[in-house]
Amino acid sequence: MTNNPATGVLDRDGLSALIEVLAAQGRTVIGPTVRDGAIVLAEIGSADDLPFGWGSEVEAGRYRLVPRADGAVFAHTAGPQSWKTFLHPQREKLWSAERTPDGALSVTEDDPEQTSYAFLGVRPCDLRAITIQDRVLAGGRYPDRGYRERRTGAFLIAAECTEPGATCFCVSMGGGPAVDGSGFDLALTEVLDQGGHRFLVRVGSEAGRDALDGVPHAPADAETEYAARAAVDAARDRMGRAMPPVDLRTLMGESLEADRWDDVAARCLTCGNCTMVCPTCFCTTTEEVTDLTGDHAERWLRWDSCFDVAFSHLHGGPVRASARSRYRQWLTHKLSTWYEQFGSSGCVGCGRCVTWCPVGIDITEEAAALHDERAGRLRHEKQKETQR
Amino acid sequence: MSDVPVPHLVTGMRRETADTVSLTLTPAGQEALEPFAPGQFAMVYAFGVGEIPVSVSRVGRRELVHTIRSVGAVSAALCALRPGSQVGLRGPFGTGWELERAAGQDIVAVTGGIGLAPLRPLVLAARAAHRAYGRLNLLVGSRTFEDLLYADQVRAWAESHGPLLCRATVDRPSPGWWGHVGLVTTLLNSARFVPENTTAYVCGPEVMIRATARDLLHRGVRADRIRVSLERNMRCATGHCGHCQLGGVLMCRDGPVIGWDRAASLLMVREL
Ligand SMILES: Cc1cc2nc3c(=O)[nH]c(=O)nc-3n(C[C@H](O)[C@H](O)[C@H](O)COP(=O)(O)OP(=O)(O)OC[C@H]3O[C@@H](n4cnc5c(N)ncnc54)[C@H](O)[C@@H]3O)c2cc1C
Ligand code: SF4
Ligand code: SF4
Ligand code: FES
Repeated sequence: MTNNPATGVLDRDGLSALIEVLAAQGRTVIGPTVRDGAIVLAEIGSADDLPFGWGSEVEAGRYRLVPRADGAVFAHTAGPQSWKTFLHPQREKLWSAERTPDGALSVTEDDPEQTSYAFLGVRPCDLRAITIQDRVLAGGRYPDRGYRERRTGAFLIAAECTEPGATCFCVSMGGGPAVDGSGFDLALTEVLDQGGHRFLVRVGSEAGRDALDGVPHAPADAETEYAARAAVDAARDRMGRAMPPVDLRTLMGESLEADRWDDVAARCLTCGNCTMVCPTCFCTTTEEVTDLTGDHAERWLRWDSCFDVAFSHLHGGPVRASARSRYRQWLTHKLSTWYEQFGSSGCVGCGRCVTWCPVGIDITEEAAALHDERAGRLRHEKQKETQR
Repeated sequence: MSDVPVPHLVTGMRRETADTVSLTLTPAGQEALEPFAPGQFAMVYAFGVGEIPVSVSRVGRRELVHTIRSVGAVSAALCALRPGSQVGLRGPFGTGWELERAAGQDIVAVTGGIGLAPLRPLVLAARAAHRAYGRLNLLVGSRTFEDLLYADQVRAWAESHGPLLCRATVDRPSPGWWGHVGLVTTLLNSARFVPENTTAYVCGPEVMIRATARDLLHRGVRADRIRVSLERNMRCATGHCGHCQLGGVLMCRDGPVIGWDRAASLLMVREL
């Protein structure tokens, strides 16, 4: 099922040692922590900072941390952030410009901050989300320099899913709870049974092998491997949600004039939360900042959202003034036009937008409703045809 | 250069109409941009104010001309510049008109308002190499005589018997107006072209583009040979900010010039 042979088993101390090894390499190690009643990605110094014994209960528009008796550390689902917070930060300085008294202009590019990250606990959906952002931000004709540098320097420790949440639907988006293929340095699978609390480790890169060599670990044993596979396989069958099993590209393409957009627009607050929490949403805007002398200016990049009415502004007014058109932009971009633009879907099924929508709008439910509406339309057209 | 604006000196300034100015821009230092093709655009930076997309309205050996209408903060700041000031430029970006693909065909360029600016380099290039093409037509629409861009040049073209057939029209006539009155689409009747062997180039307000493309199609011009230039909000021009989307089209990368075969179904959907 995987081409990365298991190479070791770590316990909690081993995990701590791994964090120390990565920190000693000069990396900023980021992992899940508990803060303000949610799982928050933050810098960690040891395994003690990780959310041992915490799980989460999620539903559309609801999120709650719950203690877990089994002490599991990776049994929570996605929190409000994703790794884009670090790779594609909310605000970034692009360049600064000076104007001399005689009007001459000079522009200096800002060197991107040189942080070298290690991410601990990257879920398979988020691993896919990172490769999607790679294509958008670093894959085209004009790679984003800052993103590319942060990304190439990052060390990724994936954590397979053994406890999917009620808003998760990665399987129906062509992913799943297992880490397959490449794109990671190390992959962990948490195992909790009579054999103890431990993590099966697979190596995905040279850098991963070096890091693992530097920490005490046991060789992988058949029992741990079996338990790990069983837990991940079981997770695959316990997805909380699913997209309708239809070609979503065609569905979106043929639903641009659907009535359902009015229905969802009546509920949507156009707050943009969904775009902020989404691990693939990449849109930004720029800001011009000047100092008091007026001879120094800076250009800043910051996250933007297609739900903001100014997003599509043109002389003469915004292109997408109605909530209907803005929700449609978000959903059709995620599920359909992203393919034309960047060669894949823009949704990995992480469920964040469902969980963190203040009014509980659920994109799987919206897609299903669009599917029903279209099916009804097609039936109706067919009837008319046969009557003729 | 795509990341950082390259300083350019304003070496010429010409007031075209009450709200529109043409700026001639020459690299201020050693660094210059790659050559621009007609139809492509630059991101023009007004120091301390911001950056906007502007098409090239003339391409010289070292210098570029941009014709800018003042409609908001950045365009107003650019229109207020004087020779000797500096701006930043990034580019060239986007698809061009690709005139070379029309070799041997009749050409119909239709413009509305500021839309004449992006088409001027195409008209100049086609006119200079007119033997490579069939008949050349330029149909210019403007709200009023006072709003007409490059008025002297347009009049000279309209009165000449050269290889270019040029007609101009205004919505509302005023004293001294020498051309037609009515929508620019009405000029199609007097243009000389064989629809089956024609490439058309259309630039102007979106309503004008729709009406013109519809009439051209109706006459038998192939949809993929009706090339239109569309405007969307643009922040980056490098395919990263997401602002310029029209369905699956990223206008800064896949446009601004696209074929009507692709544009038609997208523009049919309101607020896409
Ligand atoms: C590919 C391309 C080529 C172009 N070529 C040319 C060209 O050759 N010549 C030319 O003149 N123009 C051209 N344009 C158009 C030009 O880019 C716009 O006119 C310019 O971006 C306007 O910017 P601004 O800062 O001056 O005005 P803005 O500040 O953007 O203002 C434009 C209008 O919107 C209003 N507005 C401002 N901010 C907001 C907001 N947040 N919400 C709602 N309304 C707002 C303003 O009051 C004003 O009426 C081109 C555009 C594109 C995409
Ligand atoms: S659209 Fe929603 S479910 Fe899909 S990747 Fe974004 S946040 Fe996750
Ligand atoms: S779908 Fe929900 S989260 Fe997204 S903009 Fe609408 S109300 Fe906000
Ligand atoms: S202008 Fe930013 S993506 Fe096109």
